Amino acid sequence: MSWLYDFHGGIHPPQHKDAATGSPIQALPLPPQLHIALAQSVGNAARPTVAVGQHVRKGETLAEPDGRLSAAVHAPTSGTITAIGPHPFAHPSGLPVDTVTLQPDGLDEWQPRQPLDWQQADAATLRQHLQAMGVVGLGGAVFPTHLKLAAGKLATLVVNGAECEPFISCDDLLMRERAAGIVDGIRIAAHALQAGEVLIGIEDNKPQAIAAMQAACAGTAYRVVSIPTKYPSGGAKQLIRILTGIEVPHGIRATDLGVQCLNVGTLYAIAHAVLHGEPLLSRIVTVTGAVARAANYEVAIGTPLAWLLQQAGMSDPNADVIMGGPMMGITLPDLAAGLPKAGNCLIAKNAALFPPRPAEQACIRCGDCASVCPAELQPMDLFWFAKSRQFGKAQERHLFDCIECGACSYVCPSQIPLVDYYRFAKSEIWAAERDKKSASLARQRHEFRQFRIERDKSEKAARVAARAAEQAAKLANQTASPVPAPAATGMDDAKKAAIAAALARAAAQKEAKPLSEQHTSGLDDAKQAAIQAAMARAAARKAAAEAAKAGDAANPDSTATATPAQTGMDDAKRAAIEAAMARAAARKAAAEAAKAGDAANPDSTATATPAQTGMDDAKRAAIEAAMARAAARKAVAEAKKDAAS
Amino acid sequence: MTTLLYALLVMVALALLLGAILGYASVRFKVDADPLVDKIDDILPQTQCGQCGHPGCRPYAEAIASGEEDINKCPPGGEDGIRKLAELLGVDFKPFDAGAAQPKPKAVALIDEATCIGCTLCIQACPVDAILGSAKQMHTIIASECTGCELCLPPCPVDCIRMIPHGTDLTNWKWRYPTIPIKAVKP
Repeated sequence: MSWLYDFHGGIHPPQHKDAATGSPIQALPLPPQLHIALAQSVGNAARPTVAVGQHVRKGETLAEPDGRLSAAVHAPTSGTITAIGPHPFAHPSGLPVDTVTLQPDGLDEWQPRQPLDWQQADAATLRQHLQAMGVVGLGGAVFPTHLKLAAGKLATLVVNGAECEPFISCDDLLMRERAAGIVDGIRIAAHALQAGEVLIGIEDNKPQAIAAMQAACAGTAYRVVSIPTKYPSGGAKQLIRILTGIEVPHGIRATDLGVQCLNVGTLYAIAHAVLHGEPLLSRIVTVTGAVARAANYEVAIGTPLAWLLQQAGMSDPNADVIMGGPMMGITLPDLAAGLPKAGNCLIAKNAALFPPRPAEQACIRCGDCASVCPAELQPMDLFWFAKSRQFGKAQERHLFDCIECGACSYVCPSQIPLVDYYRFAKSEIWAAERDKKSASLARQRHEFRQFRIERDKSEKAARVAARAAEQAAKLANQTASPVPAPAATGMDDAKKAAIAAALARAAAQKEAKPLSEQHTSGLDDAKQAAIQAAMARAAARKAAAEAAKAGDAANPDSTATATPAQTGMDDAKRAAIEAAMARAAARKAAAEAAKAGDAANPDSTATATPAQTGMDDAKRAAIEAAMARAAARKAVAEAKKDAAS
Repeated sequence: MTTLLYALLVMVALALLLGAILGYASVRFKVDADPLVDKIDDILPQTQCGQCGHPGCRPYAEAIASGEEDINKCPPGGEDGIRKLAELLGVDFKPFDAGAAQPKPKAVALIDEATCIGCTLCIQACPVDAILGSAKQMHTIIASECTGCELCLPPCPVDCIRMIPHGTDLTNWKWRYPTIPIKAVKP
């Protein structure tokens, strides 16, 4: 016998469990339609993999998990998909979510099931299998179970059979009737988590469940522990505290302390998924309150809630219905929704069971809420800050440690719906965080954009400079360009000359490019280039004076800053050679142009001669190049004229 | 006399030492940017919409920090934003000017892809690079990155961009402030 611990606070509300525990788990016929929402778990909604009109078999995947924090959704029976789209959902907002509507064909025909050999499979395979089987926490939080089995080497696995909330008895009945299945699940989970010890906590108001579980656990090391009935002993942190004495501090997960908590319903689903290869297709729901046949029903996921309540004999179709318990549950805005995996209990309200809550009065700071708070918070302070929208201060007082159990609202003598205020504050804080996140993303992107624009600008400037350099290089290397021109010798028309000139230009450009690229490096290269460019400019000016028409060709080059230049060679010498070649080429081109009867040749000869006189080589080369270019241009112009006429 | 000299020397030495320390500290711990600007910029919604008359949120934050601009020029920030700025700067809350732009519900831009001619003008206008596309290709908006600044609307030559208000879904739904329901009482 080990010690049991107590948690702070807690309350003892009336149980109201007897109404539904009198009869065994009831089976229901298939409803006319199933509305299987795709958002069945915490995290991302599953992605549908079926199409409207498609026939599916029982257990077939309707939607696959979208990311890690997500679980698959399956067809609870065989039938035809009649719609995929927004449909009312069991959520306090009443917002529609994407839902697969399935029309059962009544055959309930299974697809082939594939059990998993869990003793041989590694942990990752098991987790993948559970995610594909859509197993999520059935205690109410619907957290994907495969993520809960991710912790390794656990000291204690706590099995949650406390079921502390009034009215709910689905886990009670499950333990009474299907204890062996639960123990199978425990075996698998304990194996996956390498749990040292397994403690099964069941409140002492469920003696039959305790007896059944004890019988099923006979011969195993699993200990069934009867714990005192007190709300909310079924909270994960509270149950861990009761059974192990460990208090899970703020900001730390229980697994970090070597404890994990799993609900009995979840363990049963694990056993089914692993041993039988059956996905999570149905669950046990307590239907109670103002209904004629209050009981626990085994119902397919997606069963319309209105139909289910009608089967249980709800007298007033307009009555409010709570999903979950009276403490933590939500009032459903629309009963057209299908049963979600989270739906453990439906309570039809009536005035006798749920007298209207008197109007809220001012807080008198009696402190009753603080004395019952299982999270050891100061609910009156949280209320004050939430009401006055001082969310930062509420957060400082650990608003997010609140498990929304409703004990404070229950005891409040001023009838303040405290939990509503906390929920309001929490969602405001989440919204502010979302805004902050998107704002910082926007800031980041804006800053990057500005950086990019700046970068583009400077790159463009560099490109312009490079192009100018290229031009200058061309100026110096023009000599190389007309070389291919003579290739056109045999031809007799101006058009061919023009083509040759264009080819020459292209060749020059090609040659100039690598050169100009080479050049950006050396300092003296740049210097040389600058000198050369200056010389070229001067030469061009002179040439312009001599041959007015050719003059403008050299001008663009005047902007050249970091210009070309030949690396090793003495520039002047090389330029001279090139100039000579250019001259020859230009003469040839001119001769050809003359054959076609154009005016290009007198110009080119006239300008070529004076250039040869007393000038130094570089100058001459520059002039030659400019002239050659001009001649080529003229030839082109003439050719065009010819073509036009 | 020597006492006086000693005293003077000590004082001079001290003055030099302290001066050196202060001088070093002023260089070593120099604060480059105005930290107030960052704080203001944090409060601003970063839509970069320019409705305040400044080219982006940061320039507006700088203008507020230097006292050149009022705190009520940011419609996307809403009255909440003004309140936060007022609290940060220790000034009184100031409502939006009557004639000026008023806050409106958050929205994202949507390009009618059938009408879009692929002119890239909206891409150039978008302050957060939330529009995808290239010349003569259809453009589209990355909704998760759109700040709803509406700067893409005026340049569009074919008017194919609309603002779609943010809908509520399960991810951004909020619990309402608890209120006492009002019941109709018959006279």
